[in-house]
Amino acid sequence: MSRPTLFALQVLVAVVCIVLWQVLSTVPVFGKILLPPFFFSNPFDVFSQIVKWFASGVIWKHLGITLAESILAFVIGSAGGVLIGFWFARQPLVAAVFDPYVKMVNALPRVVLAPIFALWLGLGIWSKVALGVTLVFFIVFFNVYQGVKEVSRTVLDNGRMLGMSERQLMQHVYWPSALSWMFSSLHTSVGFAVVGAVVGEYLGSAAGLGYLIQQAEGVFDVAGVFAGMFVLSAFVILIDFGVTLVERRLLVWRPTASDGRG
Amino acid sequence: MTTPTAVALEDAKVAFRLGDGRVYTAVEKAHLAVAQGEFVAIVGPTGCGKSTLLNVAAGLLKPAAGGVRIFDRPLAGLNREAGYLFQADALFPWKTALDNVAIGLEIKGTPRTEALPQAQKWLTSVGLGAFAGRYPHMLSGGQRKRVALAQVLIRDPKILLMDEPFGPLDAQTRQVMGNLLLDLWNADRKAVLFVTHDLEEAIALADRVVIMSAGPSSRIIGDWRVSLPRPRDIFEVRLDKEFHALHREIWSVLKDEVMKGYVQSTHAVEAV
Repeated sequence: MSRPTLFALQVLVAVVCIVLWQVLSTVPVFGKILLPPFFFSNPFDVFSQIVKWFASGVIWKHLGITLAESILAFVIGSAGGVLIGFWFARQPLVAAVFDPYVKMVNALPRVVLAPIFALWLGLGIWSKVALGVTLVFFIVFFNVYQGVKEVSRTVLDNGRMLGMSERQLMQHVYWPSALSWMFSSLHTSVGFAVVGAVVGEYLGSAAGLGYLIQQAEGVFDVAGVFAGMFVLSAFVILIDFGVTLVERRLLVWRPTASDGRG
Repeated sequence: MTTPTAVALEDAKVAFRLGDGRVYTAVEKAHLAVAQGEFVAIVGPTGCGKSTLLNVAAGLLKPAAGGVRIFDRPLAGLNREAGYLFQADALFPWKTALDNVAIGLEIKGTPRTEALPQAQKWLTSVGLGAFAGRYPHMLSGGQRKRVALAQVLIRDPKILLMDEPFGPLDAQTRQVMGNLLLDLWNADRKAVLFVTHDLEEAIALADRVVIMSAGPSSRIIGDWRVSLPRPRDIFEVRLDKEFHALHREIWSVLKDEVMKGYVQSTHAVEAV
C-alpha cells in the first residue's frame, strides 16, 4: 500500500469516529441521545476547549511542567538504572544478595508510592519526578543488567585476544552492549516517565496535564477531561517521535533498529 | 642455525569438570611444535577437541597437565604474541568496519589519527577499501571474515591462531579467502596454527598437516609434511598429483577417526 493511501485511511478512521461522536451526542436516535453530553461532551466543545487553552497560552505552563517532570524522571531513572545494572552484572554476589528485594520493589504497583512521595517531597514537581524514577529505573536496570550479562562470549574473547585490559573491555564491549539494550527499551522507559509524571499530577499537584484533567473532572467538565486527554496523547506522540529519531541515530549498527514498538 | 619454535604444546592435557562432577578429558597429551614461519593445520573429526587445543595455545584455556611454551617462554595468562581468528562472528557489532580494524592499534595506545589511515590500508589489502563505513551486519559472512582478518593482522602478531575461520562460509568464498590468507601470509610468514575439519583445505594451505583422533581423550595420531611448492593457488593445487597422493594417504587414517567421531557424537550419552 502506498504511503498516501495509508495516510488517507488513517485520517478516515479519525474522521469517522469524530463524526459518529458528534452525531450520536447531538442527534436523537429513536427519540434518545445515545451519548448524553453530560458524560460524553461532544467533539466541538472539546475542540473549542483545546483552542481556548492554546489561545490563552495557559496550556504551555502545564505542558512545560509535565515535560520537565518527564525529562527529569527519565534522566535520573536511567542514570540510576545504568549504574546499578552495571554494578550488579559485574558483581554477581551483590546481585544475588539484593535479588529478592529488587523483585519485591519491582512487583509493587508504583501508584501506591505516590502518596508517600507527596508526603516526603511535597506537592511540587519532585514527588512526580520520584514516581517516574521508580518506573523508569527498573526498566533501564533490567535491560542494562541483561545487556552486560549477555555480551557474546566470542566478542569478549576477541577483545581479550586483541589485548584489551579490563578497563578497555568496559569501554569497548560491556558499555556499548549495555547501552544498546537500554536504547532498545527507550520507547518504554520514556513512556513510563510520562506516565509517572501525569499520574503523580493527577493524585495531587498544582500544575501539569494531570492536574488539568483532574481539575476538569472535579467540576464534571467532561469536555475539559477529553481535551486534556487529547493534548496528552498528542504530547506523547510527539515525544515518541523524538525518541524514534534519537534511536535511529544511536542504533545505526543494529540490523533491525526500527522494530521496537513500530 | 635452527628456526625458533613459535608455539610448543608439551604433553598438554585438557580436561573439563562436568556438571555431575565427573571429569571429561577432551585432549590427552598433545605434543606439537610450530616453528617460526611455519603453517600448521590441525585436522580432526567433529568434537575431537582441536578448537580446545587452539584455546590452550591462545591462553584462553589452561591445560590440566603439561605446558605451553611461546618462543621458548612458558605461557602464563593470555598469549600476547598471538592473533586469534574465531570461527563465530567476533567483530564488535557497534563499530564500523574501519573502527573494528583500528581498535587493534588503539588498544595499544596508538592515537586514533594514526590508527585510522593504517586501518584503511588494511581494509584495502583485504579487498574492502570501499566498505570502511559499514557496520558488521551490513556485510556478508565472507566480508566479515575479511574485516576480522584485518583486525588481527593490523597488530602484526608473530603467531596466528585460526579456529575454522572459514567454516561458516560457502565453498567458493572459502577458496577465495584461502588464497587471500596465503597472499597475506606470504608477505611476512607468521607462524600459523590453523584448525579445520576440511582435509583438502588443510593440505592446500599448510606446510604440515596434523591429524587428531576422535574424542574424548583425543591424541595427535599423525603428522604429514606438505611439500607442494609455494606460492600456491588453492584452485590449482588441488589438481596436483602430489596433492592427491597425500590426500589419499592422510584420508586413509582420518577416515576411521571420522567414523568413530560420528558414532560417538550420535551416542554421546553412552560414550562419556
